[in-house]
Amino acid sequence: MPIAYLLRRIALAGPTLLGAALFVFVLIRIAPGDPIAMMVTGEATPEDIAKLRAVYGLHHSIPVQFLIFLRDIATGNFGTSISLHQDVLSLVFERLPATLELAVAAMLLSMVCGLTFALVSVYWRGRWPAAVVDAIAAAALAVPEFLWALLLILLFGVAIPWLPISGRIEPENIAEFHTQFYLVESVLTGRFALAGEVLAHLVLPALALALPLTAVIARVLKSSLLQAADQEYVLLARAKGFEPGYVLWHHLLPNALIPAVTISGMHFTLLLGGTVLVELIFSYPGIGNMLYGAAINRDLPLIQGITIVFAVMFIFMNILIDCSYALINPRVRQG
Amino acid sequence: MNAAVLAVRNFVSARLVVGGAALAFLILLAITAPWISPHDPLEQDFLLQYVPPYWLAGGNPAFPLGTDNLGRDILSRFIWGARPAMEVMVLGASFSCIFGVSAGLLAGYLGGRTDSIVSRTIDVFMSFPPILLAIVLVALVGPGLGTVIMAVVLIGWTRFARVIRGEVLVLREQDYVTAARLLGYSPGRIVFRELLPNVLPIILALLSLEMGHAIVVEAVLAFIGFSSSEVATWGGIIADGRNYLNQAWWIMAFPMLAILTAVMALSFVADGLRSATDPVVRR
Repeated sequence: MPIAYLLRRIALAGPTLLGAALFVFVLIRIAPGDPIAMMVTGEATPEDIAKLRAVYGLHHSIPVQFLIFLRDIATGNFGTSISLHQDVLSLVFERLPATLELAVAAMLLSMVCGLTFALVSVYWRGRWPAAVVDAIAAAALAVPEFLWALLLILLFGVAIPWLPISGRIEPENIAEFHTQFYLVESVLTGRFALAGEVLAHLVLPALALALPLTAVIARVLKSSLLQAADQEYVLLARAKGFEPGYVLWHHLLPNALIPAVTISGMHFTLLLGGTVLVELIFSYPGIGNMLYGAAINRDLPLIQGITIVFAVMFIFMNILIDCSYALINPRVRQG
Repeated sequence: MNAAVLAVRNFVSARLVVGGAALAFLILLAITAPWISPHDPLEQDFLLQYVPPYWLAGGNPAFPLGTDNLGRDILSRFIWGARPAMEVMVLGASFSCIFGVSAGLLAGYLGGRTDSIVSRTIDVFMSFPPILLAIVLVALVGPGLGTVIMAVVLIGWTRFARVIRGEVLVLREQDYVTAARLLGYSPGRIVFRELLPNVLPIILALLSLEMGHAIVVEAVLAFIGFSSSEVATWGGIIADGRNYLNQAWWIMAFPMLAILTAVMALSFVADGLRSATDPVVRR
């Protein structure tokens, strides 16, 4: 039963989440260096330091600190950022929309490109357009996204300077927005010039992120299209005199799409993880860049908050993917 | 044709040779850096900033690949940059392999509680984006080559552990393992003498892929300034190039080429190894 499967899957996520929390906690505690010492100047008295330790709960024993830590996570209290002096969770949520827009844009881009690649490769099978897209797909998969991002910067930042290679929007336009979902907001409010600007900034980072997944989708889709091409209903459609392109689009594609959609879903967490790196290279103001700043400043509460938020997103996403997979493939439900 | 020649011919493929040669070249570069690099990689000369590669207008034959924002010779930095890359590649991948394979063998062979502890731990590690783990580690321990190697292991061991565990779960049900158990062999002997040789081809392929991952992790961490700052690194050169992109595009081009070469070479080697050790693929 799907419900039972869902419950079992969620139950399994519990220990993982707890383990992730423990992992972050231990990692932060074993870090050399005293976070309080980093916060105070030479003029601080021992009383000041003791007071600060109490504020950050560092005077408790380690197990007690872990329990407090768990309680705080559960209630959404991630503490105050040492370097930015603001609530960690609201800082993270302020940056999260930028990262989500990037990841979703990359996802859509890789689906569209992957679909195009697969269709071209099947329609022109054995001729040069297929060879070209197959070669691009092979390169897209072999080259790590770090290098893709740099290549795109060299190509579009220097050789053909069409697109911006850093940031999310021109600084003077930041005040135009009321939410952090720049793209969604500007489209919904009909400010298309602004939307275009956001989109121009989004294209290169999204492309760098999307290329490896594009190749994966193209490969899966291509093999299921070719598999479907041997079915009798395809022969019948061809015998009826339909154009090959029509058969490909209306008969083959709908049947071949499910595995490709599943694969895309399974890779969404990879995309989300990849944003950290791509944001750094393109100076894109999302969570990845915030993590970098936090790391430079040894801002432990902020690092902790970002790490936990990523882990929760990953674990939650994996549950969603497993469940959607189970919906499509009944054999998994019973296993 | 005798058996030895046949065995060699079966093992060697074009991919293995090309990948292996490219890798050997990079390793040679790293070893011979002090003798073949024309300049000191750290020597700055502010009169010689942004010299383009010699084949471009304004190039200087003394600096074949040009100079960077501080007037340092890019060719020399490039050659010396092979050292940390190869160091991290060899050490990072080896330690990942040792930890991951041990965990995978233990979990797969012992099963039960050991397996669930190892599997949960893998789940935990995989619920963080790899680069996030690396950045957090550097934030906590501080930058340096040792930290980079630790980061590679932190990210990489799960790749070995997952695959080896899965393989061993299947292998331990095979008759020859049962036979070994019936003969009263110790678990250690079964794991190392019966199971390990059978997963060795997979380990080798994974290891060469992991070496590629290690090079990329090293480059990324150096790029964001989290590797050693005392030596030239490919990622560090790329970071300089990224900052002075409009003055000198050539700074970042060559280390990018080096990383690309290394990653492609290692994936060729992995492919070659896989087909060489798998009779089904070989045919």
